[in-house]
Amino acid sequence: MSKEHHLDFKNNWGYDPAPESTGHVQLKKQYELFIGGRFVKPESGKYFNTVNPASEETIAKIAQASSKDVDKAVKAARKAYDNVWSKMPGKERGKYIFRIARLLQEKAREFAVIESLDGGKPIRESRDIDIPLAANHFFYYAGWADKLEYAVPGRKMAPLGVAGQIIPWNFPLLMAAWKLAPALAAGNTVVLKPAETTSLTALKLAELIQESGLPEGVVNIVTGAGETGAALVNHPGIDKIAFTGSTEVGKIIQRAIAGTPKQATLELGGKAANIIFDDAPIDQAVEGIVNGIYFNQGHVCCAGSRLFVQEGVADIVIQKLKDRMATLIVGDPLDKNTDVGAINSASQLATIQEYIAIGKEEGAEMYQTPGSVPQKGYWCPPTLFMNVSQSHRIAQEEIFGPVLAIQTFRTISEVVDKANNTPYGLSAGVWTDKGSKIFNLSSQLRAGVIWANTYNKFDPTSPFGGYKESGFGREGGWHGLQAYLKTV
Amino acid sequence: MANSTKQTSRILSDLNKVPAIDQVGVTERVARFQTRSIKKESKLEGLKMALSMIDLTTLEGMDTENKVRQLCYKAQHLHDAHADLPTVAAVCVYPSLVAVAKKALSTSAINVASVATSFPGGQSNLDIKIQETQFAVDSGADEVDMVISRGRFHQGEYAYVFDEIAAIKAACGKVRLKVILETGELGSLDKVRVASDIAIKAGADFIKTSTGKISPAATFPVSLVMLEAIRDHFYATGQMVGMKPAGGISTAKQALHYLVMVQETLGRAWLDKHWFRFGASRLANDLLMQLVKQADGRYQSADYFSKD
Repeated sequence: MSKEHHLDFKNNWGYDPAPESTGHVQLKKQYELFIGGRFVKPESGKYFNTVNPASEETIAKIAQASSKDVDKAVKAARKAYDNVWSKMPGKERGKYIFRIARLLQEKAREFAVIESLDGGKPIRESRDIDIPLAANHFFYYAGWADKLEYAVPGRKMAPLGVAGQIIPWNFPLLMAAWKLAPALAAGNTVVLKPAETTSLTALKLAELIQESGLPEGVVNIVTGAGETGAALVNHPGIDKIAFTGSTEVGKIIQRAIAGTPKQATLELGGKAANIIFDDAPIDQAVEGIVNGIYFNQGHVCCAGSRLFVQEGVADIVIQKLKDRMATLIVGDPLDKNTDVGAINSASQLATIQEYIAIGKEEGAEMYQTPGSVPQKGYWCPPTLFMNVSQSHRIAQEEIFGPVLAIQTFRTISEVVDKANNTPYGLSAGVWTDKGSKIFNLSSQLRAGVIWANTYNKFDPTSPFGGYKESGFGREGGWHGLQAYLKTV
Repeated sequence: MANSTKQTSRILSDLNKVPAIDQVGVTERVARFQTRSIKKESKLEGLKMALSMIDLTTLEGMDTENKVRQLCYKAQHLHDAHADLPTVAAVCVYPSLVAVAKKALSTSAINVASVATSFPGGQSNLDIKIQETQFAVDSGADEVDMVISRGRFHQGEYAYVFDEIAAIKAACGKVRLKVILETGELGSLDKVRVASDIAIKAGADFIKTSTGKISPAATFPVSLVMLEAIRDHFYATGQMVGMKPAGGISTAKQALHYLVMVQETLGRAWLDKHWFRFGASRLANDLLMQLVKQADGRYQSADYFSKD
């Protein structure tokens, strides 16, 4: 019945472009490796381009680190660990980390613009979420640096040594902060490898670290693709690998370090269930669906990519979702009104398009908001599939794009079964007005993070990590600190 | 009679299914509207739209005929130094001054709105409220702004509140009825939603946040919950209901973000004075100041804008 009456968002009062200015941004034409506190050229002399995914224009050249460069970086980190960082009192280490946090706040605007230029995410998100949250991680862990003796009552803790950290392209600076802050607070030194499509904010962070006066070699940043990461993983001088990325690469890493003393934390893929009960606050749940799957173009490992709606409210939820999608503005990541930006790379766009084709072929009903996307650049409008079942590949595999698979359910036990029926277990969402139902669900869902009546909320004090093939180890909070400490 | 009781009970059983409201989610959603950046032509269009949706209001114990005449003149001549300005939608006064306003606005298209039903407290009996409504209508009011009985509402007497609104609606005849929920006295967004549904189902042409006599008056979260009630009614019936936030909206920036919220919740159709109003007296001059700034490129002193 409700389907007869449609709201019209086609002839809306349009907002004029409101682009964030880029005049204040300082970018070099070429970026080197950051090793031992200095910017050094790669041994091979090779560089690769980093591209603005919204325009396909090259922004800068980035040094490609070979295994020789990785070796230099690990040695610099070891030297800094042995001579300076492991001997420095915690409260002194804390001062450096606080300084990094404050500098990041001071330069927040520049970092936000670069993050959007290089990665395609809307400036609204890089400005309001990525950069402030990254600074908060440094602030939070800076506070831990002089309290390690109290972190585990009755035990004396020590840092692990040199950590090799490999981060993804979806939240470039934020992931760098998640990795660096606890490692440094615990007294480790670091070799960090950013993703090859989004190295810029990590390299700007290297400049900032230089400015902060952090002792040389404590943080080293090597840029490059998979081979650089492999060189880091396989380097014998590494004590710990921290990796965020695909489950496929996570498995390769685990195989590579098997039989070595290297410790690891892996934060891998996900295919989260976002569950809407019929007693949920529906309008806010619809907003939660949007934040769950269209936030950062769906390039989120904990994205709410499987939507489960209780049958009695499925029609109204889908109608409201479509109307909400009609008001999402897709386009220039630097426009302050943009809700959905550019897909991070041509290859990721191809992956997403392949899954959309698979979904259609499997017979699921696809819906995309009408409207055009820019000619140049990599774009995918917000997409959903209805009439999906657990047997569809689009409900089983991580797409890592703005593509939602919607299923209906009848009972709690049915939805718990289906939500857990996945090799992943990173996150889940539960929407209901009933508190007891939330506790019931959260004790049954096999996921590392469960959001109740909200989605995609992050805080430095809260641990984050997966069950099953979504990885192991936690980042954030006291748990995140533990991943960089050992008992002595 | 039996029929209407049956109908009421059906409506009331529906009210048991009033959707839950999550306050945190509402707060986040409205924050998002307020990050919309409205520039250049779209700003100009929005400012003019907002101006045309104002119910210019004076509701004071000390209101006089001359005060109302002055306000009516302002309503028709917002800022004559600037060409192509719309007029406000209506002038809102107490029932005793409706005739004065009606006469002062006789040559314009501006409506006269009258508060009624023992505004602002609403603490009287139904007969008196009906009589007062009739007096306002007979005096020439084009619109009536009633208040709901918040005491009865808090006592859980939803049927009473419903019937009272329905009775006032009947007394209004063809005159459009705005129902003031006085959300600042309702205590939670869940209650705002219940009151919105009662008012809409009882026949309100508009639902309105506040009398302006209670703080907080109109807020973004409260207004969003009311807009969502209007949206659910539209989905179910295809009928449009109007919305009027009143009190506390004094800047052009706030007004533009209200328009953003209306458009992104209900669509462009509601961006019309027939379906959306601002109950405000100070807002007009800030909108005018911004409009002049868009044209001239600089801000004028507030003394260049008349205060009536």
